Amino acid sequence: MIAMISPLIADAGPVIPKFGHASSCITQNKQFCASWFFDNFSSRFEPRLIEHIELTAIAVGIGMVIAFTAAIIAYKMNWFEGPFSLFSAFLYTIPSLALFELLVPITGINRTTAEIGLVSYTLLILFRNALTGLRGVPPETIEAAHALGLTDRQRLLRVEVPLALPAIMAGIRIATVTTISLTTVAAFIGAGGLGKPIFDAIQTGFKTEFLAAGMLAVALAIVVDLLLVLLERAITPWSRRRLQAT
Amino acid sequence: MNDFANAFTFFFDHLSLMGDKTLSHLEVSFASIGVAILLFVPLGVWLGHIHRFSFLAINVSNIGRALPSLAVISIGIGILGIGFANVLAALVILAGPVMLTNAYVGVNEVNPDAVQAARAMGMRSSQVLWRVELPLAMPLIFAGIRTGTVYVVATATLATFAGGGGLGDIIINESTYGTAGVIAGALTITVLAFLIDGLLALVEFAVTPRPLRQHGRRARVEAVVEPSLDAGGRR
Repeated sequence: MIAMISPLIADAGPVIPKFGHASSCITQNKQFCASWFFDNFSSRFEPRLIEHIELTAIAVGIGMVIAFTAAIIAYKMNWFEGPFSLFSAFLYTIPSLALFELLVPITGINRTTAEIGLVSYTLLILFRNALTGLRGVPPETIEAAHALGLTDRQRLLRVEVPLALPAIMAGIRIATVTTISLTTVAAFIGAGGLGKPIFDAIQTGFKTEFLAAGMLAVALAIVVDLLLVLLERAITPWSRRRLQAT
Repeated sequence: MNDFANAFTFFFDHLSLMGDKTLSHLEVSFASIGVAILLFVPLGVWLGHIHRFSFLAINVSNIGRALPSLAVISIGIGILGIGFANVLAALVILAGPVMLTNAYVGVNEVNPDAVQAARAMGMRSSQVLWRVELPLAMPLIFAGIRTGTVYVVATATLATFAGGGGLGDIIINESTYGTAGVIAGALTITVLAFLIDGLLALVEFAVTPRPLRQHGRRARVEAVVEPSLDAGGRR
């Protein structure tokens, strides 16, 4: 699949796919053939969209488990911050296509490889935001919790984590949106998702498919971003009240 | 692991090819970064100077970050076709917003006392901008340029799909260059991303006025975290 791409680009002439109704819009490869898009949405785009959401959800879920564990360790033991920050910043700087290709010889062309790559990109943002949030808890609040006789565990779960939630949620939001973007690239190593029709279009030169797949990925990112903003507001009502008070 | 050893052999056997691809990679990257800086940094600085449109200036980087890079390139191919123009447009759209937001936040949040003192000394608005606000905002402005640059150099790998050349040409062409070539290309682009990030860290230090230097590092970390917090409804 990888090998097929560049020679076909060089030919430049559109190779029209064999599916769908060959209307004049398709045979002339016009800007956007809306009827083709609607006819083929449920068969060609919907499954990819669902795949894309699955891949993203799994990556962000695993990333959260790792990054939050690390953030709590770093919160309790300061020395841990340096090494984990360095490690996650290192992963974050590697260009995505390169990271996927470097993983292929080790774990093969499959979904696991894609997920490993995707998870590694979420760590830096989730870790840094969670730690910033935890460290931002006012010392008076922590002392008050002590005075009330809360154990370490109760203090963490009932006081520190809730107060760090706005920062944690902001981290989840950035990490999710970034993952949606990188999942598109992961289609190159056979992970599926909305990148698949983009790579199909690169082989055929079919403009409608370029636009449709690209627009769907952009729309998904923006919709998820907005949903997470709403979720953040819903679960941290006090942060808005505080805003009005100051 | 043998693949990785072969990659090193490939790299040294094809030094001129790697050199050419690296050069074209940097060409595309720097052209895009140059355009993005010219378009977005002055706009951010100006908005920060007049303290207007904060909602737009802060949220534009969230939208920029939300745009999937490959999807933007794909839409670009659909509209502009294969070629340099498409790659340039896509990379500018992806790198510009973070530069705008950082420039805006940097200038907007210059200590108002310093600005008032400058006015009291009789400085004109333009003098306040050039002599007070810009030097104080420099660390954040440059942090934005650095983030955008590293992003562009990394994303320029995808330019190959739009006929933009660069190291991506090797990474996606296993049939021509073999697994060793693919890995050699991937390692080269990774090293390149780190080198550029490191170099810019040095430049960032150099452009930071001396008294601000000890806070320089913290400023960058906040630049990543804070605007996102703002958008979450904190401000």
